[in-house]
Amino acid sequence: MRLLIFLIVISSSQVFSAGGNCGVYLSEEGGEKGVCDNVDIDHLDLPSLQRGVKLYMNYCFGCHSLEYARYNRVAADLGIPDDLFMDNLVFGDQKPGDLMTIAMKSEDSEQWFGVPPPDLTLVTSLRSSEWVYTYLKSFYVDNSRPLGVNNKVYENVGMPNVLANLQGVQRSVCKLVPDIAENSGLKQDPLTGEIIYKEKCGFLEVDLNSGELDEEAFNENLRDLTNFLAYMADPIKSERESLGVYVILYLILFTIFSYLLYREFKKEVH
Amino acid sequence: MFKKLLNWFDERLPVTATIERHLTKYPAPIGQNFWYLAGVLLIVVFVIQFLSGIWLLMNYEATSERAFASVQYIMRDVNYGWIIRYMHTTGASAFFLLIYLHMFRGMMYGSYQKPRELLWILGWLTYIILVAEGFTGYVLPWGQMSFWAAQVIFSLLGAIPVIGEDLLTWIRGDYLISGITLNRLFAFHVVLLPTLLAVVVFVHILALHEVGSNNPEGIDVKKKVDSDGVPLDTVPFFPYDVVKDLYAIGIFLIIFCSVLFFFPDGGGYLIEYINYEPANNLKTPDHIVPAWYYTPYYAMLRAITFPIGPLTAKFLGFVVMAAAMVIFALLPWLDKSPVKSIRYKGIYSKVFLFLFVISFIVLGYLGSVAPNPTRTFLAQIFTIIYFAYFLLMPFYTKYEKCKPVPERILVK
Repeated sequence: MRLLIFLIVISSSQVFSAGGNCGVYLSEEGGEKGVCDNVDIDHLDLPSLQRGVKLYMNYCFGCHSLEYARYNRVAADLGIPDDLFMDNLVFGDQKPGDLMTIAMKSEDSEQWFGVPPPDLTLVTSLRSSEWVYTYLKSFYVDNSRPLGVNNKVYENVGMPNVLANLQGVQRSVCKLVPDIAENSGLKQDPLTGEIIYKEKCGFLEVDLNSGELDEEAFNENLRDLTNFLAYMADPIKSERESLGVYVILYLILFTIFSYLLYREFKKEVH
Repeated sequence: MFKKLLNWFDERLPVTATIERHLTKYPAPIGQNFWYLAGVLLIVVFVIQFLSGIWLLMNYEATSERAFASVQYIMRDVNYGWIIRYMHTTGASAFFLLIYLHMFRGMMYGSYQKPRELLWILGWLTYIILVAEGFTGYVLPWGQMSFWAAQVIFSLLGAIPVIGEDLLTWIRGDYLISGITLNRLFAFHVVLLPTLLAVVVFVHILALHEVGSNNPEGIDVKKKVDSDGVPLDTVPFFPYDVVKDLYAIGIFLIIFCSVLFFFPDGGGYLIEYINYEPANNLKTPDHIVPAWYYTPYYAMLRAITFPIGPLTAKFLGFVVMAAAMVIFALLPWLDKSPVKSIRYKGIYSKVFLFLFVISFIVLGYLGSVAPNPTRTFLAQIFTIIYFAYFLLMPFYTKYEKCKPVPERILVK
């Protein structure tokens, strides 16, 4: 038994899985993060969701269907009048009650991109909102790839950087960063005490003024888009949670009375 | 008027007699604790699953083209379809959680011992049926994990020597998991297995009411009876136990609905994230894990990494996994102890039961994560501990020193 505990303790690093799920994404400090950036998802923030659906319909919907959702349901949930939604965000002759499918044939897109662009109705449930958010801002110029871009989170992905005109030209660059010593402090020259630097690559940097938005505004846009996709994966969340409160309150009432009944009968047993 | 009507029925059907036998005059031992609530809650969950299943069936389409989309249709377009589906997914996990608690109760208080051997075996049978019901149901949403879990489980049949491959094709109905497989699993899930489950549960309760409920002390209450032949340390099931159960059901439903309304995914344990992608036979997920309630057995399956003679490691893993479920049925004959309850058994029984619980939990964890050499080694160790609980039982229960069991149940 003691041996077992010992084994468990020394091998715990192997037994318990560690690390995040965002691949080789590098932070600004240069450390390999492996975890995704946080994104503030709020299904009650209607203005954000409305901006998100606007971005989605303009930048994503050409290739990525939302085939389990319907236009009028999205419009209603997001507080957008049907006609306004259909006139400004739907560019074909679809009807409000239609499923949000796309015209691009998967045989064609498979030829163009290698794989057909996946349906995104459930993407945040499949991969998490943080993943989607981090992925979308991690494209960088890579001329070895067919579309001229690669991605830090999803290596060699077949998708172009559709938001490039907003974000600007992002490159993967090398920087001199302070070296980390074995005791996890900064490595210093033993004679002069100067901090030793070493070159580290994989930092993402946007060319100055190459995009329409600065970094903060771009991230805000991505947050709206991710928020919309999170709504899309779980559209019932706000109704579910508000209904849940009443159900639980009723059940608590029920349980209190059933407890009082139980207590009365229990007195007889003893 | 009512009396007359009741008489009319009683002459043709034992209505009053049945109600008295199973409710108003069924003697329930006093002093039954928390662990005794799992049984009634299992019935509640069975009803939840049965009803929500009927409503899911009204909208689900069992074809490989439409299965995934029809689940999303239920979630999005059917009025309150999401409640129905989340009831069913939450109910599935609740079912297994409760049946494991129920089985553990039986093991702890010796509820399988004479005269309850048949009662225990009937209960074990419901567990085996439930395992099959859970597996077939898991495939129906036709997501990636549904597909690949089916692939793994079916491929185990292929490991049977000589006939394996042919048997596999015959049962699968195709050369790979396909819409044909989906259809037959669907038929099992909604007709065959629930019917069997209902029948076996019914007989399980009949058997319970024949031999009477056990209690945490493991005292045979039928030895001390009053002048009417009613055991002294019992109360009528109705109303005394019914009001207790009602209170328990209230608390259970608060927990159940908290999950249903606020954490329906259960952090990826109740609905696995990979299953949000439609089944794709060309794309294998990074690692395939079954639902949490099968992970202890899955860990055992993967723990067998060595062939023995002509038998492949995969086949042996399958045998070990099956044996781990079957061995519960032998408990009444493995236990040689003169006392029932763990409270009066000796130290060895306590230690082994504790080790069994630990091994079940550790194996459950190991089955849910990707394997590596350390984890496989741990799984092998804990598989041995798991089986040691059962296989060494005839020895440690025979030679340990038990405490004397009192004559009557003392309620504090």
